[in-house]
Amino acid sequence: VEGAEALGFPSHSCVSNMAMAAAASAAATVGAKPSFSYHATHALLISRLRHGLSFPKRISSSCPTLDSRSAPKPLPLRRPPRATAAPAETAPATFHGPCYVLGDNIDTDQIIPAEYLTLVPSKPDEYEKLGSYALVGLPSAAYTTPFVGPGATRTRFPVIIAGANFGCGSSREHAPVALGAAGARAVVAESYARIFFRNSVATGEVYPVESEGVGLWKECTTGDIVTVELGENLLVNHTTGKEYKLKPIGDAGPVIDAGGIFAYARKTGMIASPSN
Amino acid sequence: MASPLMASCSSIFGAKSGSSFASCFSPSIRAHSLRKHALNKVLAVMAPARSPRSPSSTGSVKHAMTMTEKILARASEKSHPEPGENIWVNVDVLMTHDVCGPGTIGIFKKEFGKNAKVWDREKIVIIPDHYIFTSDERANRNVDILRDFCLEQNIKYFYDIKDLGDFRANPDYKGVCHIALAQEGHCRPGEVLLGTDSHTCTAGAFGQFATGIGNTDAGFVMGTGKILLKVPPTLRFILDGEMPNYLLAKDLILQIIGEITVAGATYKSMEFVGSTIEGLNMEERMTLCNMVVEAGGKNGVVPADETTFKYLEDKNSKNFEPVYSDDNARFIQEYRIDVSKLEPLVAKPHSPDNRALARECKDVKIDRVYIGSCTGGKTEDFFASAKVFLASGKKVKVPTFLVPATQKVWMDIYSLPVPGSGGKTCSQIFEEAGCDVPASPSCGACLGGPRDTYARMNEPQVCVSTTNRNFPGRMGHREGQIYLASPYTAAASALTGYVADPRDFLL
Repeated sequence: VEGAEALGFPSHSCVSNMAMAAAASAAATVGAKPSFSYHATHALLISRLRHGLSFPKRISSSCPTLDSRSAPKPLPLRRPPRATAAPAETAPATFHGPCYVLGDNIDTDQIIPAEYLTLVPSKPDEYEKLGSYALVGLPSAAYTTPFVGPGATRTRFPVIIAGANFGCGSSREHAPVALGAAGARAVVAESYARIFFRNSVATGEVYPVESEGVGLWKECTTGDIVTVELGENLLVNHTTGKEYKLKPIGDAGPVIDAGGIFAYARKTGMIASPSN
Repeated sequence: MASPLMASCSSIFGAKSGSSFASCFSPSIRAHSLRKHALNKVLAVMAPARSPRSPSSTGSVKHAMTMTEKILARASEKSHPEPGENIWVNVDVLMTHDVCGPGTIGIFKKEFGKNAKVWDREKIVIIPDHYIFTSDERANRNVDILRDFCLEQNIKYFYDIKDLGDFRANPDYKGVCHIALAQEGHCRPGEVLLGTDSHTCTAGAFGQFATGIGNTDAGFVMGTGKILLKVPPTLRFILDGEMPNYLLAKDLILQIIGEITVAGATYKSMEFVGSTIEGLNMEERMTLCNMVVEAGGKNGVVPADETTFKYLEDKNSKNFEPVYSDDNARFIQEYRIDVSKLEPLVAKPHSPDNRALARECKDVKIDRVYIGSCTGGKTEDFFASAKVFLASGKKVKVPTFLVPATQKVWMDIYSLPVPGSGGKTCSQIFEEAGCDVPASPSCGACLGGPRDTYARMNEPQVCVSTTNRNFPGRMGHREGQIYLASPYTAAASALTGYVADPRDFLL
């Protein structure tokens, strides 16, 4: 982009996300074609480290028995990811864990009530605080399980499942930031309000994924164990045994993978690489 | 009993293509049907342009364009941007305020460097307005952050406030950003204006492209003066008929949002034309465009005309070039509205599209009334509510909070005579009606804010408000119930203590 010159070296900030870490490690294996289980394990490893969750007992590459409705099984990944063209490219992102279910028209005031907007997302300590308030605006009668537990600062739900028009209302970037800072990795909604979608991509905080059909949220319950496989455009609910097609994340994916619009612009040479 | 409005719905709303909007189903059913017919595929908005299209070397094939397409064409130097296309656009004005400014500045410095300079110190307008009159330390600090940055960058337009105890002691302070932008002459036909606030679409009233963006996008614009935008297709709303004396622009936009739902205009532009629109003054046009975002709209536009030019005369000294939709421009949907058939409306809790006739909500007991915000706190809005209080001559039955949007509005309330009142000012009429004293100008409690914000809803109460959103917790308390309404309807409701139809006072 003409006229856009990065004059300084962007410092490694807390805002860098799993994808960046995964990208860095993928780049380190230049020349080596990543094996299926390495990347799956690695992406999952980073994800789990970041969210302080315990490791699964084992990671199986065998097909899961989806008709089982017993206690959630350890993560099984059903198919190998697409072969990547360049070694430096990351494997498509995968997210696994309990889901948090919301309805239609969840607006930004519910995602992060206005009284918390004095927190500045670009300040690392305030960024963390924003995460602790994610979705605290939800009416407690309708949503009895809080997204961030009492006394906690992060969520145990890496995936949010929602209805139509997710993120409507204000343009506050604090909304996707709060979700990302809390530890959400992906939202799977029927549709998005445009500013929220744009902000999610620009910040790289959460993947705003769309489901192919409608009514997904009605078939899922908060706590269901799900896997979102971006590479396969698939959401698997292991608890119910159902699968849902997702719309491809498309060009937004690489932007989020890179860590947001600035990182992506540098990576693709759109803006000058920072120099000292 | 079916309301007369519903029976004649099809004559009011005659959508061009075979859509279901002539019917009067509930918003959720129509939303489902809308999704099935929707044009809006959520394609990537942030990808770099793959194959930059330069104007054809043999001379561009001319085809009709909408206003929004023309504005973006000029700003991108592309002859015919097509709806759905992602294009790089030059920005004329970037606005930010105290809530999103600090974050935007943080990103700008992180990405462009500590010592980076903004792309144009005269094209950035920084307006503290959201959390001003509060003892919240972080809120106060955020205004300081803005000031430090403006000093460092020598930003030309910074509407600063230092003395929080007396807003009048701050000569630069304005108040609500969208109204300040208009009053200070930053809105010009044909231009591209971006702001870190969803109601930036208000400025579309001036025939420009104006939309809200987040901190990261704004940080990018701050450094480059450019942004990647997806060209929106346009929905056209043709409003004709003489505006009844009990209706305001707020009723018109509530009617439209109720019709197309909160996602009806997602990724689309909303264009407002017709004889009714031509008869609206600038502040009423601003109210109309202000709530475009509540329908999911990307931007709203009203063609510039004599009313626009007159308004700009004493405020703006820059050249501008208005653009207009071609006669045969392609609109994805057209709606015709006969305004004379409409009635005063409210949006019931908890969605701006939860439309109802005010007269059908007369049994709803209310606890308070709020008249303020970019949507309903302008001079014209206060004149409108004063008109109802004057006609009644009685006192309000519930606490009635008045929050002028800007210093100028505050001064107008205290100095301009209200027609038909024998020379009284709005402030006098409000006092006689028992309203609260008009507060310091800011966004106030429209969005709740810090706990000590004036008129914040801290209990689960029922409020009729001239603001723009009524999602759960919007004005503070999560169980608060907000009925969105016009200033006429709000004033009428204050007088009865129930949701009221202003015709009871104005006819």
